[in-house]
Amino acid sequence: MNVDAIFLAFLQMVVMVILTPLLIGIMRQVRNRLEGRVGPGILQPWRDLRKLFAKEPLRAPGMSWVQSVGPILLMISSLSVCALIPLVSTIHSRLIPGDLFVVVSILLLGTVALALVGLDAGTAFGGMGSSRHMTIAAMVEPTVLVAIYALSIPIGSSALGAIVRARIADPSSIISLVSLLALVALGIATMAETSRMPVDNPSTHLELTMVHEAMVLESSGRDLAWLELGSWLRLGALLGLIGSLLLPWGMATQPTILEIFLGLFMLIVKLFGLGALLSGMEVFLAKLRLFRVPELLAGSFVIALLAVIASYLLEVS
Amino acid sequence: MADSLFAQLIGLCAGVLLLSAVLLVWRRTRSGNIRLLSLQGTTLAVLVAMIGLHRTSVETLAVAGLVMFLKGYLLPTLLARSALRSDVDRDAPVINPTAALLLVALLAILAYVVSRPLASLGSGPTTQVVPVGMTLVLIGFMLLATGRHAISQLIGFLVLDNGIATVAFLASGGVPLVVELGVLIDVLLVVLILRVLTGRIQTEYGATDLDDLTELRG
Repeated sequence: MNVDAIFLAFLQMVVMVILTPLLIGIMRQVRNRLEGRVGPGILQPWRDLRKLFAKEPLRAPGMSWVQSVGPILLMISSLSVCALIPLVSTIHSRLIPGDLFVVVSILLLGTVALALVGLDAGTAFGGMGSSRHMTIAAMVEPTVLVAIYALSIPIGSSALGAIVRARIADPSSIISLVSLLALVALGIATMAETSRMPVDNPSTHLELTMVHEAMVLESSGRDLAWLELGSWLRLGALLGLIGSLLLPWGMATQPTILEIFLGLFMLIVKLFGLGALLSGMEVFLAKLRLFRVPELLAGSFVIALLAVIASYLLEVS
Repeated sequence: MADSLFAQLIGLCAGVLLLSAVLLVWRRTRSGNIRLLSLQGTTLAVLVAMIGLHRTSVETLAVAGLVMFLKGYLLPTLLARSALRSDVDRDAPVINPTAALLLVALLAILAYVVSRPLASLGSGPTTQVVPVGMTLVLIGFMLLATGRHAISQLIGFLVLDNGIATVAFLASGGVPLVVELGVLIDVLLVVLILRVLTGRIQTEYGATDLDDLTELRG
């Protein structure tokens, strides 16, 4: 059981590293096509990564060790999240704590690493980006926690694997009120956490209101490659988590070859489907004014809290 | 109707009621708020109809029809007409939306804590969701207290009334038809009178910002 769980966690990491650049490629391609442009093809993020990894990172005088450690830390945190959450299978062991609180704190570790990288160069853009990023994170992390907590109340366990397994066993709980509210809140939190459209425009490079791009502005070469891959992995992991909660069918519950292949296939379908849907939606959205972002996030937090209250109400009956 | 299906539908209706109240706090365009109010009224009517079907009581079904017409259609239409006459569509409430939303979260917890003894009295699916009605009442109070314009305050009043009606239907399966009729006509009269009053304020002073009306004039 332990060996299987460790193997599956490792498999999830490898698969996600391969898949997420393709996911980003698909999202950009969908966006391009919807806007009437040809687009560079879905392999472009992989080409970008190859190019960046071959380049030496340029560091300004005065940059500290944070600039070289931060990107690696972000990458490690994203990889750990990919290993811990149920993506291909719901099997877990004591050695790998797939617990909600562990996952959210590891996510936060990556957020802090990214913000420190932004601050390190001491430029105005990086500082603004980092401070905005932390403002958003301060409201997003509680939302993620509370939303998944709402799902864990009926099951009585905060292990993500157990939540997904309970949903496979009882599909009618997926369209229940609690689950819908929690998923809406989780969806909004994911968009904010990964700097997607209503909160941040992922396709800009020099704008006063950008968040993610402002933080990575001073990074180059390998550093930038790690930062980009780490951020993409976060997006992939969170989308995968939503996919697992929304459509848990086909995920491996037994460590057999057949089930694992089915789980992998379903993961690819869910991830790319959700990605295409998300970027299709983004075409119709305009970026929110920065001062209205807390409003959106407070709204999603309230929805998550209502999900918790509703699950307490329904648990009594 | 099967009991489990009934419980799920009641839960769903309560969820829509709650969500519409939260969205009312979130969005501050008046036309959007009036549409949300109409949605809330319709959901309340569906909830009442559900209770009526479950108890196979024709009287409750008649009340549901009445609620549907009055709260789902007539009151929002009246509000929309008087909103049309005012030139600004946006309301700037006393507290900003972020703080208001966090306040809603606190109010929801408060309502849950306060109405727990009430919910523990009965065992059916309807009494379990009484806290939703309480939350609506508190959110209505908040909208009433923080709205700056007459129409926003009127919307708050109607949410408050929806909350009271929700609590009544959920806790006791509805009051007798005569009482319900009286309450609904009362609300209609209040809205009509306030609408006339709003119109007068508007023609007299140009705007319905009640904060400007602080002194008496001869």
